[in-house]
Amino acid sequence: MSKKILTVDDSASMRQMVLFTLQGAGYEVVQACDGVEALEWARQSAVDLVLTDVHMPRMDGITLVRELRGLLNYKFVPMLILTTESSQEKKMDGKRAGATGWIVKPFNPPQLLATVARVL
Amino acid sequence: MTFDLEMAEIAKVFFQESREGLDVMESGLLSLGATADSENINTIFRAAHSIKGGSATFGFAEVAGFTHGVETLLDEMRNGVRPVTAEAIQTLLQACDCLREMIAATEAEQPLDQVRIASLNGDIKHILGEANEAPASVSAPPAAAGNETAGAGAASEPSGWRIRFEPVADLLRLRNEPTRMFAELRRLGAMVAHADASRLPPLDALDPESCYLSWNIDITGQIPRGKLDEIFDWVDSGCRLEFTPTGGSAPPAPGAKASAQPQAAAIDAGSAETKAVSPTETKAVALTEAKAAAPADADRSAPAGAPVQKAAGDSGSIRVATEKVDNIINLVGELLITQSMLSSFADGIDPNDLDRLRQGLSQLARNTRELQESVMQIRMLPISFAFNRFPRIVHDLSRKLAKKVELKLSGEGTELDKTVLEKISDPLVHLVRNALDHGLEIPERRIAAGKQETGTLELAAFHEGGNIIIEVRDDGAGLNKAKILQKARERALVAPDQELTDEQIDNLIFMPGFSTAEQISDVSGRGVGMDVVRRNINDLGGHVQISSKEGLGSTIRIRLPLTLAILDGQLVRVGKEIYIISLLAIVETIQVARERVNTLVGRTEVFRLRDEYLPVVKLCDQFGVEPDSRSAEDGLLVVLEADGKRVGVLVDDLLAQQQVVIKSLESNFKSVAGIAGATILGDGTVALIIDAPGLISSAAKQGAGAVAAHAA
Repeated sequence: MSKKILTVDDSASMRQMVLFTLQGAGYEVVQACDGVEALEWARQSAVDLVLTDVHMPRMDGITLVRELRGLLNYKFVPMLILTTESSQEKKMDGKRAGATGWIVKPFNPPQLLATVARVL
Repeated sequence: MTFDLEMAEIAKVFFQESREGLDVMESGLLSLGATADSENINTIFRAAHSIKGGSATFGFAEVAGFTHGVETLLDEMRNGVRPVTAEAIQTLLQACDCLREMIAATEAEQPLDQVRIASLNGDIKHILGEANEAPASVSAPPAAAGNETAGAGAASEPSGWRIRFEPVADLLRLRNEPTRMFAELRRLGAMVAHADASRLPPLDALDPESCYLSWNIDITGQIPRGKLDEIFDWVDSGCRLEFTPTGGSAPPAPGAKASAQPQAAAIDAGSAETKAVSPTETKAVALTEAKAAAPADADRSAPAGAPVQKAAGDSGSIRVATEKVDNIINLVGELLITQSMLSSFADGIDPNDLDRLRQGLSQLARNTRELQESVMQIRMLPISFAFNRFPRIVHDLSRKLAKKVELKLSGEGTELDKTVLEKISDPLVHLVRNALDHGLEIPERRIAAGKQETGTLELAAFHEGGNIIIEVRDDGAGLNKAKILQKARERALVAPDQELTDEQIDNLIFMPGFSTAEQISDVSGRGVGMDVVRRNINDLGGHVQISSKEGLGSTIRIRLPLTLAILDGQLVRVGKEIYIISLLAIVETIQVARERVNTLVGRTEVFRLRDEYLPVVKLCDQFGVEPDSRSAEDGLLVVLEADGKRVGVLVDDLLAQQQVVIKSLESNFKSVAGIAGATILGDGTVALIIDAPGLISSAAKQGAGAVAAHAA
């Protein structure tokens, strides 16, 4: 059975790019366009990996990671934040919230797949 | 190949999204002046952030680089580090314009306006106060930074490393599997890991989710330090992590020393400094990045299909809400049901079924009407598409004119046909500019007149009787009627002794002759190109008029048809022919009394309607058909108005009023003077639609001299 990945991004082009890359590599992909939508979905379903952008309307990625870590289903699910932040601060915020790691934007499809492979 | 094509498709989404993002930024920035609430700044920041992230991802390094400065400024604003000043907003607005051009140029694969980009970049840097600092560029991915460090140490790579890894207890909870890291290490070289279980608590105190182990790892091989950093990148905060080179060149070369040095810092302060590279190095990395991105860019545009796809770009497509499409699909279903119900009658009609037939027919009629409405809905877009430009225009123009203006928009959700919407946009801009330039007064003058310092400009859209009304209202000085009348007399647009109502005087500003030479903008009038505005609106089958109260302001009212594909028509009969006249053009229809018709020199007949002489147009002569009667007294006179001129059209009879679908005569036959199109009536015959503005202007040319002579 293929691994299921939840990707969260408010930008349609990023969502498509991530979707295209991950599906091409044989992963099953579920998408949400902000933290609220992702959390709502996650309350009902489980995944093998969460991939979330940081800056999003309604609920940002850091808050989403923190909320997800609180769910029983997501206690041990790897979560990666996608960030253009070069500052260490956001990465550390992510870690404190419970993120497994991060992918620094810009990334290309091979980089994305390599990073995903590190945790799946 | 498919990969490139797919990425090109996704890049298109990015361009579209960026444009929307820029609109969001612009409207956010415009409202930022009034209220600097944090949610608003956040929204603007997010839009900039997405554009930066996307452009970097899709390889548009220049867009990403430029957006970086914008983003930094916005970030400081939202964190309260940087005050939100009018200058900063202005610069950011210009940056939005610049980005819009950059994105358009990138999409069209045109060169960018480097001068403008550099100058705006300078402005942004100036605000950020970092004019002397190295240009901030796209953040280099950690891999690149790592390689750089590795390059520095490459002079003498150790033949192995000893790694001390003491993770935090949370390691497993964050799903950072040590076994995975070990697996990655193993790929770099031969590895032996010794678990250190000294931290293990007694069993009853052991939390199964925590990590108590630490490791001593020996790895052999020519492994750059950067590779190790990469593997431990996610876990190095809070962990105790030490790398010691083993074996190899005994006296560590300067490079190796440099990479070993930060260890102490890494232990206390987390990894922040571990990978810190000197500024010059960062720059070098950034440059390589930019260079690397350029060929990638070219690759992306390589597929042969790309230019063709681009040609099909913007204008031809409409984004339609799924809801609208679903609705149509539903209705088509209904229609099929009704159709099958009716066709079952073909098998032999029983008189008793007549009721059911009637029922079926009325159902069919209802379904058809609803389906038609739904299909029309697809072309409908909210007028906000046209209104959205105005906050920016008003902002820029009021700054330039040193006037204080509050713009109020209402009815932005009112929908109208896409074509109408596109064509009304420019005339509206013209009207708004005029209102700002000539209508609203400067603050001093407003105060002197006892008004609020800030003028109000309102744009309102609403439905009225099957039409769309757009009003442009200002509370400015209004039109100076005396001046306008004087001007009109000077230009012989009005006869010297002709008495005009206030409304007629106001609407003189739409006369073609009124706008050509000097304007009377120094007083209060509006002269520039108003005739063009009216012509454009008339071309859309619409109508414009102005009403104004001196000292209180003006209201320009535009009436537009909902669509260009369907027309509310009046069917008229001339002899055996049926013509259709747009209801919008008809002012009134009258039975003509003999004493009010005068035949003038030549064969021109004029008709005296109250105080006005109207040229009479005989459709029978115009189109060469045989009428019931040739004299004006026996028929009906339909008074048409367009461009502020009126004519009476002589017809034999008025028939029904109905909505007709406009079929183009040009594309099916050829263009005919005086005919706007054709339609098919219920009985299958073709009826021609009269081009009211065209008819009037040709009649006016013939009749004007005669009318003037008669009036004199």
